[in-house]
Amino acid sequence: MAAPYDLNDDGVVVIIGSGAGGGTLGNELAQKGIDVVVLEAGSRIEYEDFINDEWDSFAQLAWLDHRTTGGGWRVSKDFPNLPAWIVKAVGGTTTHWAGASLRFQEHEFKTLTHYGKVEGANLLDWPLTLAELEPYYAKAEDKMGVTRTNGIEGLPGNNNFKILKAGADKLGYKECHTGNMAINSADRDDRMSCQQTGFCFQGCKWGAKWSTLYTEIPKGEATGKLEVRPNSHVVKIEHDDSGKVTNVVYADKDGKLHSQKARIVCVAGNSIESPRLLLNSASAKYPDGLANSSGQVGKNYMRHTTGSVYAVFEKPVHMYRGTTMAGIVRDEARHDPSRGFVGGYELETLALGVPFMAAFLDPGGWGRSFASAMDSYANMAGLWIVGEDMPQEQNAVKLHGELKDQHGMPIPDVWFTDHPNDVAMRNHAYRQGQAIYEAVGATRSFPTPPYPSTHNLGTNRMSEKASDGVVNKWGQTHDIKNLFVSDGSQFTSGAAENPTLTIVTLAIRQADYIAKEMAAGSI
Amino acid sequence: MTTIYEQRPGLSRRELLKRGTIGAALIITGNAVISPDRAWGMETTALKPDTMATLIKLARDIYPHDAISDRFYAIAVKGHETKAGTDPKHKELIEAGIADLDKRAGEGGYRGLGWEDDRVRILRDIETTPFFQAVRGDLVVSFYNQKELWPHFGYEGESYSKGGYIARGFDDIEWL
Repeated sequence: MAAPYDLNDDGVVVIIGSGAGGGTLGNELAQKGIDVVVLEAGSRIEYEDFINDEWDSFAQLAWLDHRTTGGGWRVSKDFPNLPAWIVKAVGGTTTHWAGASLRFQEHEFKTLTHYGKVEGANLLDWPLTLAELEPYYAKAEDKMGVTRTNGIEGLPGNNNFKILKAGADKLGYKECHTGNMAINSADRDDRMSCQQTGFCFQGCKWGAKWSTLYTEIPKGEATGKLEVRPNSHVVKIEHDDSGKVTNVVYADKDGKLHSQKARIVCVAGNSIESPRLLLNSASAKYPDGLANSSGQVGKNYMRHTTGSVYAVFEKPVHMYRGTTMAGIVRDEARHDPSRGFVGGYELETLALGVPFMAAFLDPGGWGRSFASAMDSYANMAGLWIVGEDMPQEQNAVKLHGELKDQHGMPIPDVWFTDHPNDVAMRNHAYRQGQAIYEAVGATRSFPTPPYPSTHNLGTNRMSEKASDGVVNKWGQTHDIKNLFVSDGSQFTSGAAENPTLTIVTLAIRQADYIAKEMAAGSI
Repeated sequence: MTTIYEQRPGLSRRELLKRGTIGAALIITGNAVISPDRAWGMETTALKPDTMATLIKLARDIYPHDAISDRFYAIAVKGHETKAGTDPKHKELIEAGIADLDKRAGEGGYRGLGWEDDRVRILRDIETTPFFQAVRGDLVVSFYNQKELWPHFGYEGESYSKGGYIARGFDDIEWL
């Protein structure tokens, strides 16, 4: 049923990437009768083939193409070639994500207005409001089956959640529950309910967690208007003399190059690959890369002020059983500068298996302190910090000056250094996280440093003025009318919220806009 | 190639004493490292057996789990023997790194230092070297990714085939 389109068909919308942004946009457009070709760099791995094993799954799904890092973040020291833990496969990082689906708070769209000028930060208000997005948030929540919306019950709490909840109650936190999760708490949308298997990060083998791989993509394919072409790694977007984009060049699984013509191109390769592609598409007309008249392509790279707290108790917890992100404390997500920083953070339970705990608890750590922590694994509980980090111009995805990938294109070099606000927030969150666990009897706790980034944001940001950012309020590039950005790289601010719901929301809204403009003949 | 095998190497106690390796120390004989209880042995071809024995000790000092036998540390470091067989640079990195440890330890070498603290003191001095980084960086995966060890840590591994934990204790905590 999936429609195969000709390489010379210049009437198709080409979407680069099949994750939360690209996969959703593809289906939304196909449902409207628009012809869509989704080019996905990775292969198609259906959910029954996912692997309940951390390292084997990592080898199966992770984006492992060569990357380099720089800047002051510890990831650059401990994982110099792994800035991000994201996915190269059909469905993109929606195969790997934990499922937390939180709307932005109103002030998080207007950070410059609410936080004022923060030294060293490149704050900017989004050119849209929460009110404008609310109807689309509602559609996204319904589409994804988000718990505690649309009358969908919350998931049951596992052991890791119960510890978090007991500690949060003791500290007087008011807003602690099992989250707003795009994981079925009961059968819905022809997908079954969560079996509390764990391994959410390794791809849900039941299909209970929403992923474009087995929702948006097959639904789009069923219309006959969507073709997903796996193992198609786009290396360049080309344009005509007028500046309009005309086609994309991609490498197939054998490295052979093809050119797919397009009426419209939508870039949704996540916040490292999307700016890299725009920069790698530089031409005589656009010497600094496509859509880069502002100079902001690749800049303002955000990755959330993350970190984890793991704590050891006298008795077993078995935190790895059940939903990986099984609950949340939202009380610290408010903007309250009296804490010593602007913005806020969420605390969300998290569990790693033994292999990843060893790799991430204290990267580089060894000796009795480390080994005894590992010996306490069964008695551990854990949480993850998701806080708003400051956009900074020097935090950026750049093209490497010398190193090239297998297709001859410069590889991405990912630079990041914490802003003092990020450090203050993380330290506050570590203290609160440790206090939660100490309140219920933790004998030892670990303020664990950030993992390679899972939330990659901001590198093609949205702005009112063309001089401040890369795309307008519809994700359309300021410079090129038929070139769009459809992933988290559009984010003007990171907020304290896990980004997937907002990426999906923006994609649904962008599809409406593209369809309208196509009908009007303006693109 | 290296092999881990279960066998009795047939050394008499008298012979063992003659070799000066008694108690909990690993036994070196010919081209093999043999456990003191003779429950397992490991042949080496690329690396010296002495080097392999010290690597095993080093691995335990890096991630000391007293309830886990040497056998699992041996399995975890055998990748260096394999790699040294095809990569002369890696062979040199490991042999030179171990020789350096022995030199720093003085008479009796690294394995001759009875107290872990004394050995760890040496390791703290070399922890930023490419040798130590290569050994630790490999070990954190090759050791903790051994499924046989997961029960020791109370980790149950794969759960999909058992229907997840929905009926197997995902919320069974009672002590809160």
